[in-house]
Amino acid sequence: MSRVSDFFAEFIRRNGVTISVYLFTAVIFWIAVLIILPQLYMLDFSFRFNLPPSKIGTEEDVRTLKNYQYLLFGAEGNPNAFNWLHLEVFFRTIWAAVLVTILNLVICYPIAYYMTQVASGGKARILILCLILPFWVNEILRAFAFRILFGLNGPINFALINLGIVSEPVEFIKADVALYTGLAYAYMLLMIFPLYNAIESLDHNQVDAARDLGSPWWRIHWRVVIPHAKPGIASGCTMVFMLTAGALAAPQILGGPSSLWFTQVIYQWFYTGGNWPQGAAYAFVLLTACIVFVLAMMRVFRVSLGEIAK
Amino acid sequence: MSSAALTRVMTLFYVALFFAYLFGPLVLMGISAFNTEKYPTAVPWSGFTLEWFNKLFNDTDLVRGFQNSLIIGAGVVVLSVPIGLAAAIIMSQLHKRARSIYYAVVLSPMLTPGVIIGISTLVFWDRLGTALDAEWDTFFYDGIFLSILGQTSFISTFCMLIFIARLQRFDRAQEEAALDLGASHLRVFFRILIPFLRPAVFAAIVLAFLTSFENYNTTVFTIVSESTLTTVLAGKVRLGTDPSISALAVLIILITLVGATAIELRKRAEERKIAAQLAAEKGL
Repeated sequence: MSRVSDFFAEFIRRNGVTISVYLFTAVIFWIAVLIILPQLYMLDFSFRFNLPPSKIGTEEDVRTLKNYQYLLFGAEGNPNAFNWLHLEVFFRTIWAAVLVTILNLVICYPIAYYMTQVASGGKARILILCLILPFWVNEILRAFAFRILFGLNGPINFALINLGIVSEPVEFIKADVALYTGLAYAYMLLMIFPLYNAIESLDHNQVDAARDLGSPWWRIHWRVVIPHAKPGIASGCTMVFMLTAGALAAPQILGGPSSLWFTQVIYQWFYTGGNWPQGAAYAFVLLTACIVFVLAMMRVFRVSLGEIAK
Repeated sequence: MSSAALTRVMTLFYVALFFAYLFGPLVLMGISAFNTEKYPTAVPWSGFTLEWFNKLFNDTDLVRGFQNSLIIGAGVVVLSVPIGLAAAIIMSQLHKRARSIYYAVVLSPMLTPGVIIGISTLVFWDRLGTALDAEWDTFFYDGIFLSILGQTSFISTFCMLIFIARLQRFDRAQEEAALDLGASHLRVFFRILIPFLRPAVFAAIVLAFLTSFENYNTTVFTIVSESTLTTVLAGKVRLGTDPSISALAVLIILITLVGATAIELRKRAEERKIAAQLAAEKGL
């Protein structure tokens, strides 16, 4: 305990009273009121019944596992053993987010490597600028662009029909092609930059040495570049997975009629379902999945949280 | 063809393909803003029009959403920049073990999906309002207030990271010298630390505002009965049949291009200045 009070004494001596008060008020407000309390309230709320405001705080307002049971087993009287409707959406979302993350890694790795190869002042900066520009455009407008691109009367169908490849327009949106390409596009920047930063710090002599010793290009990447880029890969994959699994705009705009994203189910509980505790329970399940993913990435790639957030 | 040349051609082909993927959809959307077709599409081209831009400026929902976005953006800047700064300063003074726990807590909003931050903010203030028997028109249920708080919770992390990067290059001897010479702590803070951090403050303000302006996932839950530019847009896009959305996209892209070019030119000018200085020093 004395170490803690030592710390405060030292802190105030170093920063002065006024500044110390500002620093602590700002950070405690942030951590307590904006970060921790809302999460705890959401967790608590997810164990409650859906009551009208007048009954909240009365003896009817008790804790229950009902909301989590609903995700697993559905409403009472459900003829199936499990609530497949929502469970399927959940697992499909996680699985699709993993696929989109891998797709992103495969697309971005060559570009990140190429950027480090041409890295000479002006050219590299123009490349970086070209990469950043599309991401200043609103997320919703980017999804809209893909909707135009893949629409029934869109440019791709127009080209396919005029080239005589197909006779009827292809329903890209129904087939989720638009959704997956749009999602891969949406968070690309968060994959490229961690990769670029990690690869850039590699001493190029190592690549040259490997080449001089007769290593083919794929082995140079597999044994030299990729191991060095590991923190970048972990960071990029974590961010892209988290954003893809938590995406709402792209699935709302690009999703086919039969393919719900888990965030859309949560959205429905809040807006059309009018059952907030149920929505909070679903949100907590999604949060848990994301935490598990982050921890798994840290374990697999042996990186710290700080390296991921770089 | 030698294998080196082949590799080169393949690489350039891949890079070209990649940039087509990056810009193609945006270019086609841009074209659709000027096409007379009723449905937003680039092909078939049936004639040039500015009608959609006209329609855009007369859309009161969009204009109202835009105003709310500006207010929320300003609110987020006012909260998240001082919080981010305070968090970065405390980070730089913590001891090793406390630092890693602290870092995990303050980074967590960045690794939490935006929808969950929105939901938890909404639920927290709603429960608090209910517990305190607050009226419906108080801030507990106000979409703009909730959106500012929800967005601040993760945008503060972005600001903090900007300040941490800059603080790493800060020489504390300056502070100590000023204190030894009798300056007050407040004076040291405003005359030494803040001027040193000025570029970071500027970057944090811009980033905080733009991130707030862009945000959808958190805002869609915290906005309740109000609207922002992004929530109005999302509603329109889901119905999905109006080229005036493309027109708005064109405007946003133009502003972006101008801004990015300005930043780029400024960087170039600065580099030239440094090069000239170096040359002059060598001349001496």
